[in-house]
Amino acid sequence: MKARVYVMLKNGVLDPQGEAVRHALGSLGFDGVEGVRQGKVIELDLAEGSTEATVNEMCEKLLANTVIESYRVELM
Amino acid sequence: MKAAVIVFPGSNCDRDLTVAFERAGMDVTMVWHKDTSLPEGLDIVGVPGGFSFGDYLRCGAIAANSPICRSLIAHTERGGYALGVCNGFQILTETGILPGALRRNAGLKYICRTVGLKVENNETAFTNAYEKGQVIDVPIAHHDGNYFVDDAKLAQLQGEGRIAFTYTDNPNGSVADIAGVISKNRRVLGMMPHPERAADDEHGGTDGVAMFRSLVDQLTTA
Repeated sequence: MKARVYVMLKNGVLDPQGEAVRHALGSLGFDGVEGVRQGKVIELDLAEGSTEATVNEMCEKLLANTVIESYRVELM
Repeated sequence: MKAAVIVFPGSNCDRDLTVAFERAGMDVTMVWHKDTSLPEGLDIVGVPGGFSFGDYLRCGAIAANSPICRSLIAHTERGGYALGVCNGFQILTETGILPGALRRNAGLKYICRTVGLKVENNETAFTNAYEKGQVIDVPIAHHDGNYFVDDAKLAQLQGEGRIAFTYTDNPNGSVADIAGVISKNRRVLGMMPHPERAADDEHGGTDGVAMFRSLVDQLTTA
């Protein structure tokens, strides 16, 4: 089984990379981009029977820094 | 006075920090990240700058989970002293020993230059030799030095006098110009600027020397 983990900066934490991408889109002529947030996607290959609770624990301990980042787990 | 400096794969200020400790009169052991224990009878642990584990995942995240960091956490929980510089500061926040997190610089650029630091709290073993409000010149060299804490935590840090240094001209977007924070018990300091790179005339500045001298004075008389 696979799990996909989405890690994003929390709302309220300024994302300077997302801001730079927004500016770049604007200068390419894409109007109306009001905000860009950049995050990361981490794919895990897991042994059958692994639980979402375990993946959440991985996020809490390593994959995300919950001071500034939020995460979402998708089991596939 | 006994010190240890932890070496991770990708550390590059470990020798500089060791030299700065030694010149202040400390007896220094360098410790590899895979070691599971720190030497006995340590007064202070140095967590050096660099790019531990290539900054993979997040700066300091992998290092914070290395075997030696379990001993480092235990050392600080026992009331031991620690100094984390640059990547060392990032590692201390990733372990949870110090609050907050270090984000990408607001201007997105890696910055390497000397900056002015204002001493906000001189009532610590690290900053005792400086005057409160004194401005010292210390180099920074980082891509992810943009310190973040939420408003509630910031108010707490300010209220408890836990901001050791602020930038006189904020280079990286840090909340409240914060350049260095100390633990609640005043025994762990994390800072992005490099005092060990301002510790010899050849460095172009010696404003960092007082920090190492102060540590030796405070910890040997204690």
